[in-house]
Amino acid sequence: MLALRDVHAHYGKSHVLHGVSIDVGPGEVVGLLGRNGVGKSTTLKTIMGLVRASAGSVTFEGRDIVHLPTHRLPGYGIGYVPEDRRVFRLLTVLENLRTGLDRAGMTPTRRDALLEKVYRHFPVLRERRHQAGGTLSGGEQQMLAIARAMVLEPKIILLDEPTEGLMPRMVGQIREIIEVLNAEGVAILLVEQNVPLTLAVSSRVYIMEKGTVRHQAPAAALRADDAVIHQYLGV
Amino acid sequence: MGAIPLDQFLVQTVNGLVSGMILALVASGLTLIFGIMDVVNFAHGDLLMLGAFVGSGIFLSTGNFWAALFVAVVVIAVLGAVLQLTTLRPLLGRDPLTTILATFGVSLVLQNYALWQWGPSARKITEPIGGQFQLLYLQYPVYRIAIALLSAAIIGGLWLFMKYGKYGIWIRATTQDRVMAAAMGIPVPAVHAVVFAIGAGMAAASGVLFAPLVGVTQTIGLDFTLRAFVVVVVGGMGNLGGSILASIFVSLLEAYASLFVSPAQAVIVSFVALVLTLLFRPTGLFVPTPK
Repeated sequence: MLALRDVHAHYGKSHVLHGVSIDVGPGEVVGLLGRNGVGKSTTLKTIMGLVRASAGSVTFEGRDIVHLPTHRLPGYGIGYVPEDRRVFRLLTVLENLRTGLDRAGMTPTRRDALLEKVYRHFPVLRERRHQAGGTLSGGEQQMLAIARAMVLEPKIILLDEPTEGLMPRMVGQIREIIEVLNAEGVAILLVEQNVPLTLAVSSRVYIMEKGTVRHQAPAAALRADDAVIHQYLGV
Repeated sequence: MGAIPLDQFLVQTVNGLVSGMILALVASGLTLIFGIMDVVNFAHGDLLMLGAFVGSGIFLSTGNFWAALFVAVVVIAVLGAVLQLTTLRPLLGRDPLTTILATFGVSLVLQNYALWQWGPSARKITEPIGGQFQLLYLQYPVYRIAIALLSAAIIGGLWLFMKYGKYGIWIRATTQDRVMAAAMGIPVPAVHAVVFAIGAGMAAASGVLFAPLVGVTQTIGLDFTLRAFVVVVVGGMGNLGGSILASIFVSLLEAYASLFVSPAQAVIVSFVALVLTLLFRPTGLFVPTPK
């Protein structure tokens, strides 16, 4: 469904992605592991068109999306939850969700059903719906960021380090929501530092090093034999 | 204060509020554009001036002030969107200096276009609401109060639109985080053009509303723009509510100061407010303290 082929990207003069190739199938949870600064987040940004690919191709359901402006991507079914959450701090929780809900072709019934659905998964967001996004705790902001992507009804969510800096209880909740989304048939490309979580929820895992994919394996194989994890991640 | 009679003080309060509301109308367009695009629009006063000229043209041919107001707002809003698309969009994300130079260039072009098209002599638009009423010791023109109320209505409409409308939420989201707004599917380039159009339309509205008081010349925008920049800074760059409060605050300050000194000298007060704000609270007077 989502396919990156030999993607290169630059930040100014520094060459950060050296030919990344990744595939995510429909409904599949794919993990993307690697140390800090190996280009995991940049890979997601390149898919979103936030960083321009200097070479290679990115296709989604067979359509070339490299040259599309970022704001067209949610319409094709791509949701993005960035690393630093980036909730709209001065907008209320409900207004944050409305940025994704108030789109063309939305009917009031469907809109209410979607809102009800994210409130059911994240009851705390219902409680705080009239509170500004910036006043939420880190974990609540993460939930809002995920909920905001969910109301787009995406076919795939690009999830960038959702558990970074969260309490263990919150990490459990993030894991649950990944499993719920997966059960609903939403594909997820998960960038994480949390290796056990990634291996637990993913079907396949890519390991990146120095701007390129060095290894890929079914998550089950890595759970059974962690030598590769040691080699690339040192954990 | 003992030397100032109470009635003079009250009259100056009314004067301050009236000019504060007009100023707020000019400043809110300016601050809206700055907030969303980080563009300091030096052509804002020229859009106001062009709005007044377009309005005077329509007024001459139809004799209807409200038609003049409406047409001027629409024409200048479209012009604003065109300017954004052709001049500012290619510069988005570049050094702020380039956009300052670009809007300054646009300002010179518009000023000289107006001089070429309409000549140097002033044009008149008659106020739609005549008459005067007794305000304590003087005859106060009803139209001045009407401008203030109309400005307040336009600003109020803008506020409701920004607060509750779907597109208002899009604009606020884009103001806060352009990248994330795009990732949520908000058509950010279109939002930028629309915001520029709204800002330009508001400038045109203030130009037409203000024209009956002073006549339409190439320089009608100058005085307002300068003061609008002051209140946008005093109110906190890009903060709509702050700019409106600052407009009223600065206008009241000037009005009270002119009880003691000549009105020309009273303008100094607003610049003192500007300097003090920049020195002691550079984020603006009317914004919550950043957490």
